Amino acid sequence: MNLPAALFAAAAVLALVASVGAVVLPERSRVVFTGCITSVMGCAVTAAGVAALSGRSVDVVWSQILPLAGVQLHLDALGGWFLTTTGIVLVFCAIYGIGYSEHAVASRTFQATFPLFGFSMVIVLVASSITTFLFAWELMALSSLLLVLVEHRNGPEVRRAGTWYAVMTHFGFIAVLIAFCILSTHAHGESFAALQAGASHMSEAWRSVVFVLAVVGFGSKAGMVPLHVWLPRAHPEAPSHVSALMSGAMVKVGIYGLIRVGIVLLGPGPSWWGMALLGLGAASALFGILHALVETDLKVLLAYSTTENIGLILIGIGASLMLTSDGHPALGAALMAAALLHVLNHAVFKALLFLGAGSAIKASGTRNLDEMGGLLRRMPATGACFAVGALAIIGLPPLNGFVSEWLLLQGLVHAGVSGSTAITIAMPLAVAAVALTTGLAAATFVKALGTGFLALPRSQGADLARETRPTMVVAMTAAAAACGVLGLLPAVVAVGVSHAVTITAAGQRSTLSVGTGFVQLAAIQGAISPALLALALLGAVVGVLAFWRATGAALTRRRAENWACGRSLQTARMEYTATSFAEPLQRVFDDVLRPSLDVEVTHATESRWYLETVRYRSRVRDSVEQYLFLPTFAFVRRVGESARALHNGSVRRYLAYGFVALCVVLIAAR
Amino acid sequence: MNAAKIVVLALQPAVVVVSAPLMTGVVRKVQARLEGRVGAPVVQPWRDLRKLWRKERIAPEHSSWLFAVTPLVLVASCIVIAIIAPVLTLAGPMSRAGDLFTVVSLFLVATVFLALAGLDPGTAFGGMGSSREMTIAALAEPTLLVAIFALSSRVASTNLSEIVHATLDQPRTVLSVQSVFALVALAIATIAECARLPVDNPRTHLELTMVHEAMVLEYAGPDLALIELAASLRLALFGVLLANLFVPWGIARGVAVGAVAVALVALLLKLAVLAVALGVFETFTPKVRLFRVPELLALSFVVAFLAVIAAVFL
Repeated sequence: MNLPAALFAAAAVLALVASVGAVVLPERSRVVFTGCITSVMGCAVTAAGVAALSGRSVDVVWSQILPLAGVQLHLDALGGWFLTTTGIVLVFCAIYGIGYSEHAVASRTFQATFPLFGFSMVIVLVASSITTFLFAWELMALSSLLLVLVEHRNGPEVRRAGTWYAVMTHFGFIAVLIAFCILSTHAHGESFAALQAGASHMSEAWRSVVFVLAVVGFGSKAGMVPLHVWLPRAHPEAPSHVSALMSGAMVKVGIYGLIRVGIVLLGPGPSWWGMALLGLGAASALFGILHALVETDLKVLLAYSTTENIGLILIGIGASLMLTSDGHPALGAALMAAALLHVLNHAVFKALLFLGAGSAIKASGTRNLDEMGGLLRRMPATGACFAVGALAIIGLPPLNGFVSEWLLLQGLVHAGVSGSTAITIAMPLAVAAVALTTGLAAATFVKALGTGFLALPRSQGADLARETRPTMVVAMTAAAAACGVLGLLPAVVAVGVSHAVTITAAGQRSTLSVGTGFVQLAAIQGAISPALLALALLGAVVGVLAFWRATGAALTRRRAENWACGRSLQTARMEYTATSFAEPLQRVFDDVLRPSLDVEVTHATESRWYLETVRYRSRVRDSVEQYLFLPTFAFVRRVGESARALHNGSVRRYLAYGFVALCVVLIAAR
Repeated sequence: MNAAKIVVLALQPAVVVVSAPLMTGVVRKVQARLEGRVGAPVVQPWRDLRKLWRKERIAPEHSSWLFAVTPLVLVASCIVIAIIAPVLTLAGPMSRAGDLFTVVSLFLVATVFLALAGLDPGTAFGGMGSSREMTIAALAEPTLLVAIFALSSRVASTNLSEIVHATLDQPRTVLSVQSVFALVALAIATIAECARLPVDNPRTHLELTMVHEAMVLEYAGPDLALIELAASLRLALFGVLLANLFVPWGIARGVAVGAVAVALVALLLKLAVLAVALGVFETFTPKVRLFRVPELLALSFVVAFLAVIAAVFL
């Protein structure tokens, strides 16, 4: 048994131990035990991923476990990359969970399901046959649903979120199932190797159908527009470390499925596949970030930002497909590497942000940014970690978001120079979409950090907030440190990315150069060195401080009141809220966001020229939900209502239906 | 790394730091003369900085450490840009550490920190300034990156030194359609990024019109000196980039003393010309409404996009 297989087996055993322990142990030791064992399991998963990334692949077939088909597992570098991502996030979330779990979250059900959810993602990533994959996929969906619903006593919102999530995830499941059915009709057997061999004999039309189904099915899990609607509902209602695990890892499993089925199994396709993915990616990125921008619920904001980042990843994958089919496999590989690197980076900083948000929400008792404020001074460690996450997600040097965004932009720019006409027009637009997304992300996270953690507290809860428990701070600090390491020394993951890309792009390797501290892709001129940049920044700061001391300028600060136009009063009512911060951009993009406005004016009884009260309400609703999903649901409901006429309770009629159906089946099957 | 390169490493930021407030002084002088005033001497911004540097350090009562580190981050990010950009020579020791995307990201670092510092004291002014600043910055970002796309497509590289090299080797490309379009787009974006007229009025303290000044309202003493220095550094650096990307002549290819001296003179001349042009332009330009700024930036984006299309198809 080689190293990845041993680590995988260890992870399986640890998951089982954690679950069983959660059921058996009393509440006080349960949370600590499960958290510790799950974090060790996360380490094992990460190590298995890293081992697989170094090029060793594993094949395991257990024919006894599942009936009929058995279990087939195959761990390669692509799976290893996502396994590493999942493992890292799992470690952070498990440690955080030790401090976070209280009440319903500390219950047997939750604590036993959490490690299972982690492990079900692991099985999806190593599954190599249809049955194994779908079994694990469904296990992942159901266990995460259970985790989302854990605080269902908090109100009907939680149950509604669970319903949305369940419906969307099963919609995706059906699409994936049909895609696999079509693939398997052309293959001898149900293992991925057989499917890959069979796919090369399929006609172009059938392959396109499978590709579209894969995009729909896996896209719904990944939170791609227009199938993202469950994300902003499920994330806020789930416990924060579950949101972090879902947004950091599970959503990426959707991306993994898309790459595995849509690219690896299907093989090269026509260029419109890439174009479609690029368009969907750009739409997701812009739609996601615009909604995040105007959102005041911190967790909904983060959920929309996940849709945005999935969009950026899809832009990379789509552009990669376009270039590969256009005859530039090296550039395609570079873009795929950028997308894969962003998968890991997003997992780390989004987990960090969700964990930080969880601490802030627990301490202040509100999810509404308009009611937060002043948290950085009240919870310094949480605030600092959240600040690191916010700066990283904007894509500022020298943190990790910058590296993957830089690679993505480099790939797009070079693609535009060397491709066909369609590519030369698509690439500048893609660059513009990425740029606008970056700009709006900067505004969004300045808002989240600035109105949530800076300034004065706008509610009593925020005023009384105190630093969270040490285990939660440890988890957030570790995640923040990971943002720094991945930003300064992206070389640590360079070899892994190259191996993972090899699998997606038919042997084409992208070599991120290693060792010199520079980031560079083989196909692309130009390089950056985040470490040198950080060093220069540090040197400049030290230089200014040295000059400051040398000239003897004042260093100690006197605290004074703010300038308030000569009056001396300042209350939290006067400061900018998250809503007011985003108002100018909301106005600029009101064609897309379509905010609804309610102004209610009550006139005084004496005269209609005097006003008693004015109520002003502005809301931004998700237009996809509003104009696509709700009408669809209404239509389905109408069809269902009218179908009721068919069953009027008469047994004879039902027997007639059965007879007719049997006849139809017999005729059709002949 | 030899001695000459280390000298260049220090000389580039030093030159920019010394000349940036003077450039601001020239802009103000030109504006004053055009308005019929004598105007303050060109060195007045330096004198203001000296005065502020000696004053007491005051911080708002509710501010956090972000407020305190922001002036340092602002100046430091500008210094790093001055180190990587080809200010005097194309052979700077750090020229490979970053490219145009890095430069834009470093400017964004400064924007983000200043906006956070504007929100930190919890005043209405600061929040207003931050909100407007991020609105403008978000909308200027596509123009900047697409213009970079246009500039880099000629040499298939976003490295600044390589782009300037290519322009020096083929001087006629400066007058190509793509180059002119890219210049116009970048100039508009520069005005927005540096908070100049018609996007923001650097001379006003009226809450209806100000953006940048509203954010820095709570700063005082040495902190304010650094903020003011960073603002003029930002303008000077955008000036350096515009000058050396589109009119690179005079810049040194190596680190020979004579060539660098010529480059220094050429750079100061280019900055002076830009300062005079900016002064004249601002005197005759009224400030536009905040909600007309997106239209201006949309225009600049279209121009930048045309530059890319021209680069590929012409």
